[in-house]
Amino acid sequence: MQGSTWSDGIVGLLTGLGLPDMLALGIAYGIGAFILVNFGMVSALLLIWITRKAISRMQDRLGPNRLGPYGLFQTVADAAKLISKEIITPSQSDFLAYNAAPILSVFGVLILLAVVPFAPGLVGMDLNVGVLFVVALGSIGVMAALMAGWGSNNKYALLAGFRVVAQLLSYEIPMVLSILTVVLVTGTMSFGRITEFQSLTIGGFNLGIGWLGIMMPAAMLIFFISSLAEAELTPFDLLEAESELIAGFHIEYSGMKFAMFFLAQFVNAWVLSALMAVLFLGGWQGPGVGLPVIGPILGLGYFFIKSYAIYVLQQWVRGTFPRIRIDQMMYFAWKVLVPASVALIVVQAIVQKLPVPDPVIYAFIFLANIGVIWVVVTALQRYIKSATMGTKRSFEPAGLIGTMQKADTYAMY
Amino acid sequence: MPELPPLPTISQLVFTGFALFTCASALGVVLARNLFHGALALVATLFGVAGLYVMLEAEFLAVSQVLVYVGAIATLITFAIMLTRSMMYGKTSPLNRQWGKTGLFAVMIFLALYGFVGSIPWADSAPAVLADESMIAALGVEFVTNYVVAFEVMGLLLLVALVGAVMLARDNN
Repeated sequence: MQGSTWSDGIVGLLTGLGLPDMLALGIAYGIGAFILVNFGMVSALLLIWITRKAISRMQDRLGPNRLGPYGLFQTVADAAKLISKEIITPSQSDFLAYNAAPILSVFGVLILLAVVPFAPGLVGMDLNVGVLFVVALGSIGVMAALMAGWGSNNKYALLAGFRVVAQLLSYEIPMVLSILTVVLVTGTMSFGRITEFQSLTIGGFNLGIGWLGIMMPAAMLIFFISSLAEAELTPFDLLEAESELIAGFHIEYSGMKFAMFFLAQFVNAWVLSALMAVLFLGGWQGPGVGLPVIGPILGLGYFFIKSYAIYVLQQWVRGTFPRIRIDQMMYFAWKVLVPASVALIVVQAIVQKLPVPDPVIYAFIFLANIGVIWVVVTALQRYIKSATMGTKRSFEPAGLIGTMQKADTYAMY
Repeated sequence: MPELPPLPTISQLVFTGFALFTCASALGVVLARNLFHGALALVATLFGVAGLYVMLEAEFLAVSQVLVYVGAIATLITFAIMLTRSMMYGKTSPLNRQWGKTGLFAVMIFLALYGFVGSIPWADSAPAVLADESMIAALGVEFVTNYVVAFEVMGLLLLVALVGAVMLARDNN
């Protein structure tokens, strides 16, 4: 913890009233936790609305537009409906596992908000092991999915629980490795200091655009793709593909218990966007955040603009990409993302030990990132071409292979 | 009027709460009649131990504990239990034929530990160790200098386990 934080003011006020220090700190953190948790819950309403609007527009529909301005209150009505629904408990379900799973899944997401730096000094708890904290508590979601799948006493739910664990564990590895590249450059695991590292001070004025994503585009891409998988979004949404498989590990849940899984999923997607904004796009950094009074407010604005922009990008991917198969999902994690991120880490570890000034090191890291992207794209192109050659389309003109266009049958002869 | 002992501080109360939670869930691990409940209680125990570490201001250790034990080992145990169907749904007894001997050993180990802990002159006032970032960095440096052999052997062991698992799971064709 450094500098003045939000809790100092409350603690100062309470100790002024004659409360002991520990109690004042406890009350201050209690207030902070209350605000954070409710922010997470309420923002889910907005996130669901953004998703529906964005995907509707992509599918040439209008989306919700009846209740409130731009249909903003549609989600509120849906939440009210879900609360009033009957809660059905399957026979012979396991009481403990079945009922604890939705709670744990929401808990595992909301607790991550504690280390997200919203603005200068506005962070629930700037742990010096913040990065590890996020990685470690990601396992709560995995346990919740397993408990839900097992506790429902339904073999499809159990199988879906296994699928969730396989996907989340596979994509956690490239995600952690891409975060590690940031940790290597910044030399810290606290999100607050990672954000502070990304300032760009010229002539005493903080421009706030020293974003790591500019220097490390490959690491940012790997993080983004893994975050799509971690948030169970398209193209990695085969975990709950309603049209092909049954809905997944929460098939036996109804009413508010189902809504809790739903809420956890949306907030998780946003938290991952926020983490990407913090790690690669400077978090609250932006032009003018160094100014005395207006700086923190600007910072809060920058943070929300960035995180919601990434969230919309996720929904854009969701609205346009097809769903991939489970073998392709595993292949992509273990044979593409993991080697690429390991290569990045090896290059960085060597380059950062070179006895040259920092800008040269950063240039090398940038070149390594571009190189990794080039190698991966070339290799994937070759793979896709060779895979397509094995299909019946290989008889068609080469220019059409890899496209979705229909070949003109008569022109071939 | 005899002098009352000083009131416990808030951190002592929280520590006691975590300790009781850890003990209760540890009892749950051995007493649960359903193996899956035992595994869940194990997860709770590991979280309780992580909470104790946090109270001792060792955040790095706490987070590593959750990362390794809850994230990896507990998930593995749960998987192993789930893939053995008869154990998963059936009720097992927490006792088997060897409970007498194991109980004896457990009591003996407890007594030995109790005597051991009691005989150490614990320093009740020591300068606080700051578990900040420099300490994590120092830990990393120790791993690749003084303890490099142990560190590498550990990595090799994991690699062997990985290759062995692949060999076992591989299709014979």
